[in-house]
Amino acid sequence: MELRKSYFADQRKDDLHEIGQPRPRSDSPGHVTGKTAYFADRNFPGMVHLKMVRSPHHHARIRSIDISEAEKHPGVVKVLTAKDVPHNVYTILILIQIGPEDETVLADGKVRWKGEAVVAVLAETERAAQEAAAKVKVDYEVLPAVFDMEEALKPGAPIVNEYHGQNYYLYDSGECRKVRFGDVEAGFAGADHVLEQTYQSSPIEHAPTETTGCVVAPEGNDRFTCYTNTQAMFFTLDNTSIILQMPGNKLHFVGGTVGGGFGGKVDVIVEPIAILGAKLTGHPVSFIYSREEEMQISSPRAAEKVVIKDGVMKDGRIVARKVTGYTDAGAYSRHSPYGAQKGAGHYPGPYTIPNVWIDTYCVYTNRTPSSAMRGFGVTIGDFALEVQMDKLARLIGMDPLEFRFINAYRDGDMKAHRQPTEGAALIECMQEASRAANWPVAEKYLAMSSYAKGA
Amino acid sequence: MAIRRGRGVAAINYPTGMNLGGDPTQALVHSTPTGNFMVTLSSVDLGQGMKQIMAQICAETIGVPTDRVVVDTADTDTGPHCMGTFASRGTHRAGNAVIQAAREARQVMLEVAAEELEVNASDLETDGLGNILVKGAPQKSISIFDVALSAHFKRGRSISGRGMFLIPRSYPEKETGAMKPSTCYAHACTVAEVEVDDETGEVTVLTVKNVFEIGRALNPKMVEQQLVGGSWMGISHALYETTEPYYPSRDHGGTDFNQYLMPGPGDLAQTEIIVLERPSADGPYGAKGPGEMCANPQIPAVANAVFDAVGVRIDTLPITPERILRALKAQAGAPN
Repeated sequence: MELRKSYFADQRKDDLHEIGQPRPRSDSPGHVTGKTAYFADRNFPGMVHLKMVRSPHHHARIRSIDISEAEKHPGVVKVLTAKDVPHNVYTILILIQIGPEDETVLADGKVRWKGEAVVAVLAETERAAQEAAAKVKVDYEVLPAVFDMEEALKPGAPIVNEYHGQNYYLYDSGECRKVRFGDVEAGFAGADHVLEQTYQSSPIEHAPTETTGCVVAPEGNDRFTCYTNTQAMFFTLDNTSIILQMPGNKLHFVGGTVGGGFGGKVDVIVEPIAILGAKLTGHPVSFIYSREEEMQISSPRAAEKVVIKDGVMKDGRIVARKVTGYTDAGAYSRHSPYGAQKGAGHYPGPYTIPNVWIDTYCVYTNRTPSSAMRGFGVTIGDFALEVQMDKLARLIGMDPLEFRFINAYRDGDMKAHRQPTEGAALIECMQEASRAANWPVAEKYLAMSSYAKGA
Repeated sequence: MAIRRGRGVAAINYPTGMNLGGDPTQALVHSTPTGNFMVTLSSVDLGQGMKQIMAQICAETIGVPTDRVVVDTADTDTGPHCMGTFASRGTHRAGNAVIQAAREARQVMLEVAAEELEVNASDLETDGLGNILVKGAPQKSISIFDVALSAHFKRGRSISGRGMFLIPRSYPEKETGAMKPSTCYAHACTVAEVEVDDETGEVTVLTVKNVFEIGRALNPKMVEQQLVGGSWMGISHALYETTEPYYPSRDHGGTDFNQYLMPGPGDLAQTEIIVLERPSADGPYGAKGPGEMCANPQIPAVANAVFDAVGVRIDTLPITPERILRALKAQAGAPN
């Protein structure tokens, strides 16, 4: 790695003692010698293990659940169903007043994705829990499922989630989050070329070294200590408090050293049911995802579909950009309404375009709920935007890098969501990339600056 | 049939934090009797090194070496509230909270030192090595060790501080979408070079040259580890990874690392990282949040390089050999 200090040198003082120094990480020796303690290193006498009975169907009505054989299985301590969960229907963003509550801790009457948790089994060993889980009998009536976002949005599609009533999230702005800036149709009408293209991504797993999990210990004073690898301690504690209808002062969360997150540990999934298990059995409880659960049960990055329509002039100026983004939330909201909204605030990318129209939809389908992942709402949008930029440059016969200089935002430029640009540095990154990659651009582009025009 | 070479470019920006829900983090700082400093947070270290960075930020602000600072993270009985470690917000939000807390603690420390030295606190400065000096008369000084002892056992002062950083919630305007979704933006430009085997569809990423603008490299070695790792992840997301290879079909989802593809050490490109620093006005010592951003530009850069190599556009991720071969086949069958 090289630090190129010549850029923005007038904006920096190099008079600091500790900042800017490549100090060795104090936690590295522990990590590389295996001495760092993670949540799963906690072990308590009498600890029981939690395993989930999961839906084998993408969409089904639950006619009945029979746990009698499972309860009799040697080593089983307790079997939990929906009726054991005090506030079973929840949604995590309710903490910032983004509802409705749309998801069950344990399925109640219906399952909406393959892998959904239906019954929790607590047993003295992992093996006993697994064997007992196999003895739970659930009678399902399979329902039509929908996997394709376009199909899900058509009239008459199976309704994935009755708490929403339709297969998209209803924002205060309507069926999508909207950004309107300038007159996009007038922009297209005056453009030399118009190009509309569709981009698609697939769900992606966070693939952390350490799978999602927690270990819960009852403290004997009505308090429960939860050792967890959540990325958000109070967010998880406060949601647990709602789900379990338990005052927050009864909950003590300990964490902070996590083997990789990437956004995969900001849902509140393992902690509430493990704490409930500890409360109802009096035993410490361990609930740790297997690698298979981490990959197919834990929320992935949402699949997205992005349709971009651009109007461009022969001289390289983009005069209009319309983006329609679809985020596949799967069966439940989790963080996806927020991710779709984040996309609305990100388009049209780091370019100054006078006419912009953005619609971002959060769509429900019968698949594993998606949620936060490194860059959600932005990463796939950037893939679509930057491939589109390449296509536009080639359409008008211009070098792709030079084409970006012409449209790059600078300080003071108004963005589509009506924030003035501050602290821009796209131009300088491209100038340095031109040099580093030996990708020549005209001298006038190397003379540009992100500082306000005329400044 | 041949190995074909191409290159592609992509340029991006990335927002720090997400304040569409309000974005607060708090920190507490206090000194021990011998002048070491404890930072208490409920923020989470995901392995990226948050504890180390918070220690350096606290040390810089108080005026002591980093090894005199201990960071305690993520215990809800002791640590004040933090929204969490996500959205590239950890260093920016918690760092600002630590600075505010450390400033308050530093002020008490200087007041105690002033009493010991019989000068005004405003006439004092720290040397960064653990001493407090009178400005312009550095021979008149006292160690922070002695100041802390004095505060604890003689003056009855608590050398401590409270820090709070809050970006208030922004509600998007319904019709226009006017909103303030984040604070400062990091930037990147990536050039990727690939080889594509037009017989097998296999893509080899030869080189990735990344330029990142991140505000301020608070610890350049840790910046490097994050940016290199992110760049690898970007390549992986471009070419390999998905839990649903035939999305929207739910079949064939991987359940372990034999089935869920990721690049191995032999598949990683020669990676170059260049860092620019344009300090952000609201960042801790100018830092922005590059944690998520650094895995983004490689995806379109690789996609554009594949087109440059073989002349087909793969607009669906991941860019698998199967998709490339199908596109090449369709291209060969085209009328012209």
